[in-house]
Formats: sequence, structure tokens, C-alpha cells
Amino acid sequence: MTTDQPALSLQGLSKRFGEFTAVDGIDLDVNRGEFITLLGPSGSGKTTTLRMIAGFTSQDGGQIHIGGEDMSRVPPYRREVGMVFQNYALFPHMTAAQNIAFPLQMRHLGRTEIGERVREALALVRLETFGERYPRQLSGGQQQRIALARAVVFRPRLLLMDEPLGALDKKLREALQLEILRISRQLGATVIYVTHDQEEALVMSDRIAIFNHGRIEQLGIGEDLYERPATLFVADFIGESNIFRGRFATDGTTGGGWLMREPWRWRVGTAAAERTGVADGDPAALVVRPERLRIVAVETEDRGGNAAEATITEVLYLGSSHKFELALPDGTPAVVRSPAGDVGDWHPGDRVRLDWSVDDAVLVSDSVT
Amino acid sequence: MADSWRQPRRILLAVYGALTVVFLIAPAALIIPMGFTSAKILSFPPEGFSLRWYEKMLTDPQWSTGFINSAQVAVLAAILATVLGTLAALGMVRGRFPGKSLANGLILSPLIVPVIVVSIGMFGYFVRLNQKEAGIFFTGSLLGLVLAHTALAIPFVVVSVGTSLRVMDRNLELAAMNLGADQRRTFWRITFPMILPGVVAGALFAFIASWDEVVVAIFLTTTRFRTLPVEMWEQVRQVVDPTVAAVSTTLLVFTTILLALVFLTRRQAPT
Repeated sequence: MTTDQPALSLQGLSKRFGEFTAVDGIDLDVNRGEFITLLGPSGSGKTTTLRMIAGFTSQDGGQIHIGGEDMSRVPPYRREVGMVFQNYALFPHMTAAQNIAFPLQMRHLGRTEIGERVREALALVRLETFGERYPRQLSGGQQQRIALARAVVFRPRLLLMDEPLGALDKKLREALQLEILRISRQLGATVIYVTHDQEEALVMSDRIAIFNHGRIEQLGIGEDLYERPATLFVADFIGESNIFRGRFATDGTTGGGWLMREPWRWRVGTAAAERTGVADGDPAALVVRPERLRIVAVETEDRGGNAAEATITEVLYLGSSHKFELALPDGTPAVVRSPAGDVGDWHPGDRVRLDWSVDDAVLVSDSVT
Repeated sequence: MADSWRQPRRILLAVYGALTVVFLIAPAALIIPMGFTSAKILSFPPEGFSLRWYEKMLTDPQWSTGFINSAQVAVLAAILATVLGTLAALGMVRGRFPGKSLANGLILSPLIVPVIVVSIGMFGYFVRLNQKEAGIFFTGSLLGLVLAHTALAIPFVVVSVGTSLRVMDRNLELAAMNLGADQRRTFWRITFPMILPGVVAGALFAFIASWDEVVVAIFLTTTRFRTLPVEMWEQVRQVVDPTVAAVSTTLLVFTTILLALVFLTRRQAPT
């Protein structure tokens, strides 16, 4: 194992179940010590990918390298990766300490060293006094922390987590998110984390891979995904979005152009157009985040940005902000968020204008899905 | 009270339940006092009180040999059926192969096929298997009856162990493998402890299935080798001696204890 190799490398990884392609050519390199989240709706292939990395499911195509080593013929018990399951999968006939000792016993460590490492692992998850309890005597959160201790006690090369907090309530989930982050940083662990909860993904990850239909739609840091979604799916999946569909028209000189949608013509910045690679006449969509839209009176002077007329349908007070729901004349819904105190006196039924600056909109292709 | 009409209904239900239990248990319960009679023939109601039939049961070599034969057959058949049935259950629940449902049906068929049909078939087949020159006999021998009872008992083990396997969380086995246990150690450290209550229950059912089996045993035993139920059947037909009632009572107590054990192991199954 050489240190310049990525901790995990997936190349063209594929899996079919009969007619259904669960994973469709995944490429992914994970750096040592990185926290990567596979995020996507259920059935998007993220869990299948994780199970292939663990060796529970065989791949139909492509390759998995862990620390530079090809895994295609390595059984799960020799992969040296730890896994945390959604339902914890603690052995019910063993105490917490025995559960944690299990991987060490499988590696034929001495009795004293096992005792030492189990104590360390229990301390790591702050359950020092719970070693003699059986899983059924522990709460869900405690069980998941024991499962985490068991998965890291043998110092695996990767830590895989399959929706580990899915069965817990919101408050506990948030506390454990920070706990998992603390532990993984303390150990310098490389983590592959699967979830369908985008907030969780944003909080925890160094990078996020957005899964859809067995492919990675976009891989990047949270800010990239939110501010610069690469596809319509990502724009729609991460956070709230205003999506204005139309056709792209280049202006022929700057590399930028317009999104044409009768009766509007919206300016597209050069950078936004070039990043997407949408050609002249292609169907495309402008994505604008709700906090980037401003509501102004119809007669307000145009400041050179983009604009569309709309009617307010709903005004919601959310404490720290107001949320406005609107409809364009052709029925396209729009949503605006404004910090509380920064809001005009708007009411449902008011006819207004939506303004946004050219740089705040992202152009995405509208060719698929 | 709006619910007062429920009360008489509950009482009726309790009475009905009690009557059902009496109806089911009475025939077996009647035999108990009959064994304590001082009369010389089997009769009800019993006359007087005496333990002489219990004494006869314990001293008469016919009974003690029958008891030992039955115990030997039942223990060996239970062990064989438990090992084979557990393996079969693993294949039936976990395996994927063509003809699986057919194989499953065949394994469970002793539960459905009339015992008399099985008995005739086994007898005809075992007679042909006898090796007179080598001195190996499948009829009138421990060997033959153990094999026959094993076949009859396997379904109980397959059903019991299969249920345990089906309710067991597969992720536990995946977790064990992920933590470094190969298939063999995963089985012995995780799977087997998890299905153990089902295995024990299956073994006890298998023992009982052999212990009180009489039809196949009638075909496959002779005067030289006879099990307890066959001995009882012969005795009732010939002498109507109250010892049979004493033996029956003993069997009843014995079987009840075994079933209680089954119940207890089931209850202690890890959740």
C-alpha cells in the first residue's frame, strides 16, 4: 500500500439486478482522511455502491481499489473496511464490549491488547461504563455509538456508513452527526457515508456525490452543489430552487447569451454559459436560489438584471425569514426567501416583479429527465 | 357502565375455553388414576390405591428394555435429525438452486404422507436392504428404526430451525464478515448462537416424534427389539394389565417436561 494512492478508487463500477441497472458506471476517487457522502433518493444506487465496496455484493463491471489494491477477488472479511449499518447490526448475544472485541478476536490479538483496545474504543464513543450491557439494554443512540466503536476498533482502511442515523429522531441525529465528525477527525478516518438527508450531507461532508439513476450527477463540496449545480436534478434535489426553463441562445460575442422563454429573454453570464456547455438552441433552464430573488414593485426602475412579472400567492412567516410563494403569468411557480425585517409589505394577490442579478443564476442543460 | 355487556361475554368465553381444554386433556388425564389402582385389570374408576404397577414397571425387564430401546432410538434419531435438519434448513432458507421448492416439499413430506403408507414403504425397502451374510439388519434393529425415525423427525427440525433463520437479521452475518470473520467463524460465532433456540426446540420435537412413534415402530421391530410404545400396544392387546397406565403416566410426565423445555428455550430466544 503506497501512501500516494487514493484511499478508495472506483472505476466504471456497475451492478445490474436482472433488467434493472442499480449502479451504472461510477467513477470516484476518495482521498485519505476525506469524508465523502453519497447522497441521493432511494433507489439511486448509493447503498448498492457501498455494499460493493464492502464486498457484500459483487460488481458486474468496473473496478474497486482500496489503498491501491484491487478488491475484485478479495472477500469481505479480508477487505479491512469497517461498516456501520442503519439498524446497527450489533450481535444481540454479546455485550457491548464483546461486540467491540469481536473484530480483534478475528485478528487473533492477545487478550490484554484486546482489553486495552476495547476500553479505548468505549472511551472514544464516551460509553466507558456501558461495556457490560447487552445491546437490548442500550438506547438507539448508544447502540449506534457501540456499532461505530466496533467498526473503527480494528483501524480499518475505510469506514463505511449506511444511513447510520436513519432510525433516530432529529435531535439525537444532530448530536450524533457531530459525534461522528469528531471521532472520524480524531482517527483521521476515510469515511464513505450514505444518506438521503441533504442537510446531514452538507453538515458532515468534505465532498458530496449526488447519485441519481445509478450515476453520479455531480461531485463537489456542498457550496458547489448549492451555488453551482451542474444538472437540473442536482438543482432540484439540493435545497429549494426556482427553475425557469427555456432555450439557450448565444449572443455570438461574449460566450454568454440569453435564456429565451416567451415573453421573456433572460441574460446568461459568460461564466455560467461556458461551464454548462449548452449549445445555441438547446433546451436549458436557469436556476435561481430563493434568497437570490428580490420582490420589487412592477414600476421599479430596471437595474440591468433579469426580471419577470409574478403574482404573490402566499406569504409565510418563518421566524428568521419570510417565504413568498409566487406564480408567473404562465403558472410557473416561484419562491422567494427574505430575511425578516428586510421585507416589503406584500400580500397575496399583489402583482410584483421578480429581479435577480445575472451572476446569481446558474444555467443547466434541460435535455434529459 | 357502557361496557357492562362485555362482562357476561367474557365469562362465557372463559367457560368455553375451559371446556375445550377439558375435552382435549380428559382422555390423557383419565389414565393417571388408573395406574394407581389396586385392582388386577385396567379399569375406571380405579379401586383402592397402590404403587404395585409402578413397581412392576420398574422391575419387569420387558418394560425397562423397552424404555432403554426407545431412549436409544429417540436420542440417536434426534441427534441425526437435528444435524441433517439444520443443514437442510440452511439450504432451504439461504440457498438458491433449481428445484428448491421440490426439495423442500420432499423434506417436509413425512408430515403429510400418511404414516401407514410410510411404514409399509419403509418396511418393504428395509427388508431388501438387509445383509444377512454381513449380519446388518435394517428391520428389527436399532439401526433401521433410527434411520426411519430420523426421516420422520427431520421436518420438525427443518421447520423450527428455518423459522429461526428467517427471523434472524442477515445484517448480523454481513457485519461479522465485515469485521473479519470468514464463513465458518461467522456461522459458529454468530449464526449458530442466533438460531440455537430453534435448533434446541427442533431437537426436542425430534426426540418426542421418535419417542412416541408407534406405527413405523410396529413394522420395524420384533420381539427381540421392541420400543416402549410398541410394548404398550402389545400389552394392551393381550393382558390389559394396569402397568400400562403407570407407563403411560410416566411418559405423560416425561413428554410434558420436554415440551416445557421447548417452550422455555423458545422464550429465551434473543430478540
